[in-house]
Amino acid sequence: MLGLLASILDGVLIGAVYGLAAMGITLIWGVMDVVNLTHGAMIVAGMFGTYLFVSAVGVPVYATLPAVLVGGFLAGVALYWIAVHRVIGQPPLMSLLSTFAVNLVLVGVGTAVWGTDLFNVPASLPGFSLGRYTFPGTHIMAAVLTAAIAAALYLFLYRTRTGKAVRAVSGNREAAELVGIPTARVLALSFGLGTTLACVAGMLIATMFPFTVLSGDAYQLKSFVVTVLGGLGNPTGALVAGIALGLLEGVTTPFVPVSWTLVIEFVLFVVVLIALPGGLMQLWQRR
Amino acid sequence: MTIMRRPFFWIIAAVVALFAVLPAAGNNVELRENLLLAAVYITLASNINMILGYAGYVNFGSIVFFGLGGYFCVWLMSAHGWPLAAALLAGGVAVSTLALLFGLGILRLRGVYFALATIGVNEGVMAFVTNFGPWGGSSGIYLSPALFQPLGGPAKALWVVYYLLVGVMAASLYLSYAVKRSKFGLGLLAIGQNEDAAAVLGVPTPRYKAAVYSLSALLPAIAGGLYFFKSAFIQPPDAFDLQLSTEAIVIAMLGGQGTVLGPAIGAFLYVQLRGWLLVSPTFSNFQLVIAGVLLLAIVLFAPGGLMGWIYRRWPRLRGFLE
Amino acid sequence: MSALLEVEGLSKDFGGLRAVDALSFSVREGAILGLIGPNGAGKSTVFNLINGVFAPDQGRVVFRGEDITGKPPYRVARHGLARTNQIVQPFANMSVLENCTVGACFGRENLSLARAREAAREAAALVGLDDRLDALASQLTIAGKKRLELARALAARPTLLLLDEVLAGLNPTEVEHMIGIIRTIRDSGVSILMIEHLMQAIMSLSDSIVVLNSGAKLAEGLPAEVANHPAVIEAYLGDPDLAAKLRAA
Repeated sequence: MLGLLASILDGVLIGAVYGLAAMGITLIWGVMDVVNLTHGAMIVAGMFGTYLFVSAVGVPVYATLPAVLVGGFLAGVALYWIAVHRVIGQPPLMSLLSTFAVNLVLVGVGTAVWGTDLFNVPASLPGFSLGRYTFPGTHIMAAVLTAAIAAALYLFLYRTRTGKAVRAVSGNREAAELVGIPTARVLALSFGLGTTLACVAGMLIATMFPFTVLSGDAYQLKSFVVTVLGGLGNPTGALVAGIALGLLEGVTTPFVPVSWTLVIEFVLFVVVLIALPGGLMQLWQRR
Repeated sequence: MTIMRRPFFWIIAAVVALFAVLPAAGNNVELRENLLLAAVYITLASNINMILGYAGYVNFGSIVFFGLGGYFCVWLMSAHGWPLAAALLAGGVAVSTLALLFGLGILRLRGVYFALATIGVNEGVMAFVTNFGPWGGSSGIYLSPALFQPLGGPAKALWVVYYLLVGVMAASLYLSYAVKRSKFGLGLLAIGQNEDAAAVLGVPTPRYKAAVYSLSALLPAIAGGLYFFKSAFIQPPDAFDLQLSTEAIVIAMLGGQGTVLGPAIGAFLYVQLRGWLLVSPTFSNFQLVIAGVLLLAIVLFAPGGLMGWIYRRWPRLRGFLE
Repeated sequence: MSALLEVEGLSKDFGGLRAVDALSFSVREGAILGLIGPNGAGKSTVFNLINGVFAPDQGRVVFRGEDITGKPPYRVARHGLARTNQIVQPFANMSVLENCTVGACFGRENLSLARAREAAREAAALVGLDDRLDALASQLTIAGKKRLELARALAARPTLLLLDEVLAGLNPTEVEHMIGIIRTIRDSGVSILMIEHLMQAIMSLSDSIVVLNSGAKLAEGLPAEVANHPAVIEAYLGDPDLAAKLRAA
C-alpha cells in the first residue's frame, strides 16, 4: 500500500514537468492558434543542450538553467520567424505542416549527429525517505523548479505590460492590433516563451530519465494529452492536468506494461476531446 | 467512355505503360526495383492526397494502412496457407474496415485535433502489433520460400509482384480521379474549404470523412501486402516506418495537393532528388532533413506545389489536367 | 394557410447567459417573416438553433410537420431548409458554379452531379452571377460574395430559406437589386425567414414581423402594428435613430 502511495506521489512530481511542457503548447495555441509540432524536438533540444553543457563545461546540472532559458527563448523566436510567421492567418493545416517540417529537420540533424543511443545527464541530489521508499532528489527538484517557473510565467502574464499584451492578443488578435499592440512581436515573444518551457521541461526530464534523440515524440504526445485535458489555451489547466496525468501514470505503472502507457494516454486524449472539449477545468467552471 | 476523351486519361496511361515496358525491355532488375519503390510512393501519396488535398485533413499515420495490410497478407499466407491474391484482397478489405471503425471514432475530432489523433493511431497500432502474439510480436513473421513456388519461383515472383504493384498504382490514380469527379469528391472539397459551411449546405460531413479515411486505406493496404510478400519478412519497425508516411505527405505537397497528377509528379521528382543526394555520402544521412527542408519550403513559398505553379503560369491547363 | 415552420418554447444558454428565452413563432407557407431586434438580441442564435448548428436546451423545432430539433445541419438541409450566413463563408478556392453545385447536390432533392450543375446555373442566373460562373469565389466583391451565399442556398431548391442579413454591407443600388431578388424567390413559392437591420427594407418585404429583445419575443404582428408597438419603441430607445426609422416605416 505504501508502495502504491509512493508511486502516486512520485507520479505527481513527474506530472508537474509534463504540465510545464504542456504550458508551452497551450500558450502558443492560445495566442496564435498554432499547433506546435516542433515541441517534441525542442524538448529534446533542452535535453541535449543540458547534456552538452554539463559534459563540456563540467558545471552541475541545475547551473545550466539560465543557459537553457535564454537558449530556448532565442531558438523559439528564431523558429517563429523562420517557420510560423508566414503561415499565420492561413488554414491550420499550413502551420501544422510547417512546424512538422521543422521537426523533421531537427530530428534528422540530431539523428545524424548523435545516432539513437541512450544518453544520461549525471544528476544526484539527496532523496527524501518515506518508510522504506525513497523519492529521488531530482524528482523533487524538478517539481520545485516547475512550480517556480509556472509562478514566474503567471506573474509575467498578469503583472507586466508585455504579459498583458500577450493575453490581449490571445483574446482577440484583430482588436489587439486596432489598439496598437505590435502583434507580430507579441507572437514571436509567445513562441519564444512556449519553446523555453519545452526546453526547460526537456532539461528536467533529462535529470530524471535517460533519453535519445527520438524521445521527443513520446513527450510531445504526452504534452498534447495534457494540453487537451487542461483545456486548450489554459496554462493553469495545463499544469493541473499534467499533475493529473503523472498521478495516473503513478497509479497504472505497477499494473500495466510500459509499452502500453502511450496507447492508454492516446485513448484518453480522444475520449477527452470528444466528451469534454473544454478540458477538465470545464467541470469546475460549470458550477 | 467520356474519360477517354480527356488528355488526362492518356497521361496516366502513358505513365503506366512506361512503368510496364521500361524494366522488361532489358530485363533490368535494378531499374525495376527503383520503379517499384516509385510505384509504392505514388500509391501512398495519391491516397493520402484524397484526405490531405481534397478533405483538408492531415493524416500523419497513413503508414498504418500499409503496415497492417502487409501484416494481414503475410499472416494469412504463412499461418493459413491462403494464396497471394486472396490474402491481398482480404488484407485490403480488413484494413479498410478497421479504418472505417477508427474513422468513425476519431473523425468526430476536427482539424488539428484529428491530425494529432492520427499520430496516436500510429503509436497505438505499433504498440498493439509489437505485443500481439499471433503476429510474432516484436520478432515479426517470416515467409517460407516455398510460398513463391505457385508464382513460378522467386525470380519470376518478383516480376509478378512488380506488375501487380504497378496495377495498384494505376488503380490509385484512377480512384483519385474518379473521386474528384464525383459528388462525393465535391463534398470532400467543400469540407476541405470550409467544413461548417459544407455541413450547413447539407454535406454529411462525419460520414464523408470516415468514408474517405476508409477508402484511402484500401489500396495502400494491398500495396503493403505486395511489398512485404516480396520481402518475405515483416516486423513492426519496417511495417510502421513513420518516415514513409512523412515522405508520402512531402510528395503529395511537392506535386500539388488536391490534384490527381500532383502525387505522381511529386513522387517522380522526389525519387530523382533522393537518387542524386543518396550518391553523395554527406547527404545520405540527411534524408529526413531534406524531406523536412523541402516540405517547409513548399508550405511557406508554394503551397500549391508544382501543379499549383503550372496552373498559375498557364491557367488554361486547368481545363485539361486534373 | 398552414404553418411551414413552428418554433415552440426554444431556449438556449451560453455559460449562464440566456441567449434565447422560451421563444415561439411560426412561418406560414409562402410568406416572408422578418426577425428584428437590437444587436445581441439573439437573432443569429435562433437561426443556429433552427438549422442545427447548436442544439437547443429546451423547446422544439417542427418543420413541415416533422420534428427536426437538434438534428445536425446536414440533415436539416436535406429536409429542404437552407440558410445564408451573416458572415459570408464561400468555398474560396472553388468556382462560383462549384460553390452553387455543392448547394444543389446536397440539398432537398439530393440531385446527381449533372442535374445539380443545372440547378446551380439556374440559381446563379437568378442572383445575376451567370457571367461569373468560372470565377473563383475568392475573386468576387463583397456584394458578389453575398449573392453567391444566396445562390448557394437557393440551388438546394429549399422550401424555406433563412436569410441572415443579406443586405448588410451593400450599397443602395445593390440593396435595391437584392430586394428584387428576394421578392422573385418568394413569388416562386419559397417561404422566407429573414434577419435584417435595414428597417425600410424589412418593413416593406415582410408579411409579418417578430421582434426579439434579450432572446425573448417582445412583439409580433404586421409590420405597421409592430412599428407602433410601445414596447418595441422602448426597446429601441437606446438607439433613437432606429426608433425614428421604425416610426417612419
